[in-house]
Amino acid sequence: MTATLEAPVPTAIDAAVRLTGVRKSFGHGTRAVTALDGIDLTVAPGEFVCLLGASGCGKTTVLNLIAKLDKPSAGSIELTTTRPAVMFQEAALMPWLTAARNIELPLRLAGVKRAERQAKTLELLELVRLGGVGDKRPHELSGGMRQRVALARALASAISGNGGKASSLLLMDEPFSALDAITRDVLQGELLRVWKATGTAVVFVTHDVREAVRLGQRVVLLSSKPGRVVQEWDVDGLSQTAESARIDEINARLREVISSHAAA
Amino acid sequence: MPQHETKLREDEAAVEAGLDALDTPTGTTRGAARRDLLRQVLAPIVALVAIVGLWQFLWSRAIWPEFQLPAPLAVWDQIQTLIDSGQVWEFLWVSVHRAVIGFLIALAVATPLGLLLAKVRLFRAAFGPLISGLQSLPSVAWVPAAVLWFGLTDATIYAVVLLGAVPSIANGLVAGIDQIPPILPRVGKVLGAGRIDNARFILLPAALPGYLAGMKQGWAFSWRSLMAAELIAQSPQLGFGLGQYLHNGMSLSDMSMVMAGIALIFFVGVGIELLLFRPLEKSVLKSRGLAGTH
Repeated sequence: MTATLEAPVPTAIDAAVRLTGVRKSFGHGTRAVTALDGIDLTVAPGEFVCLLGASGCGKTTVLNLIAKLDKPSAGSIELTTTRPAVMFQEAALMPWLTAARNIELPLRLAGVKRAERQAKTLELLELVRLGGVGDKRPHELSGGMRQRVALARALASAISGNGGKASSLLLMDEPFSALDAITRDVLQGELLRVWKATGTAVVFVTHDVREAVRLGQRVVLLSSKPGRVVQEWDVDGLSQTAESARIDEINARLREVISSHAAA
Repeated sequence: MPQHETKLREDEAAVEAGLDALDTPTGTTRGAARRDLLRQVLAPIVALVAIVGLWQFLWSRAIWPEFQLPAPLAVWDQIQTLIDSGQVWEFLWVSVHRAVIGFLIALAVATPLGLLLAKVRLFRAAFGPLISGLQSLPSVAWVPAAVLWFGLTDATIYAVVLLGAVPSIANGLVAGIDQIPPILPRVGKVLGAGRIDNARFILLPAALPGYLAGMKQGWAFSWRSLMAAELIAQSPQLGFGLGQYLHNGMSLSDMSMVMAGIALIFFVGVGIELLLFRPLEKSVLKSRGLAGTH
């Protein structure tokens, strides 16, 4: 508990996205279910934040709200970035398009010229180390490769049309949870490398404490039903021993939060 | 330190490349594909030869009179005469161009209809059962009605063809759209696609396999309906197609002519499916990793 940091009060400029008192309920009247109950969260440009919580804590709802796939019932969401890019648990590539074409799709939707599109696509393929397989279709790729194509596509949508001026935001909804352990491990390294190379802000949803601590600079724990921010930890640049101590601490707190539901 | 980091990065890249090589799904080998092709071409030919052989055998036993079961050779001669006199091209032209035009009109009508059915819930609730029901109504049942509406004109023929083909194509498109994984339009939305872009870049390509299956069935229904219409609606105004040829054979009690007509109708219907729709469907499915075994 001593290691908990108070989130600094940021000014308007140093927030990529700011959620203030965000509530979300589904359904109407007495049967309405409150998924999120007053979420305050600020993500700085270029920051890597992990949202952690058990199932039913509304992690995915938070991402959907930021991505504008859904509207909050109350509260406000301010975005200073370009349209946030989203990566889902499944790669969700278009099966009729090649890997390169999939990456190109958001650029095409943004009306980027063909030559520029193709150059950018090649660059992104290289970035996720898939230079040789641009012509392959999704079904010819392994799960890890598909997820890397999805990452490149998300990056393409984050940078399309901003001319490199506005900062970008990448929303990731448990993107590696369907992969085997070795692939997941490699892709986590890959993501960190890409994050450092692009300087994009990342909101990463996971239920895996180890993953959250390894990847994030800050870990935000949400409670379940309704989702509230329980606690935050700064996990940036920890030594190996400090990291494992932090993992144990967060794990303990997560278990506590989950156990509290059995009593209710 | 930087050297150490570069080394680490190279290691990561090597592990990743190894995983990619190990995990990439492997396709079928070339030899297997050739064996498949052989089986697909050879098996139906052998079956056809066997059927003709059986036919020849039954004919040689003279169980039925000649006007009920002619010799295979007599039917072949009949077709040969048609080809020699050049008449066959006339019949084929009359029938096939009607079927193709009818099919294209059906496609133009069924596509917006299918989109409406798939996307407007009230429209679907109201007209969905009707259009599914129409699919199981034999289109020959429309011939008397069409004759009374339009007289013995081309309009009658096209009306019957449309009523046969439109429901199939529309239902195929609806099935195709229904089967789109809901994540794909969501992805389209987060990638910045508006309603129209979403339809153009996501929904229509995603629905293509179902749409093509509907078209294939729609073609079969067009051809079938056309033959029903040509067979029943007889008039000099309507020209002389395969259906009329078949009808003539019946009027003349010339069984070899009737069989020749049936054979021609069969080969046109199957031929267009095999030469056009089957390869199209196959290439679409294959490019998505959905290739069936047939």
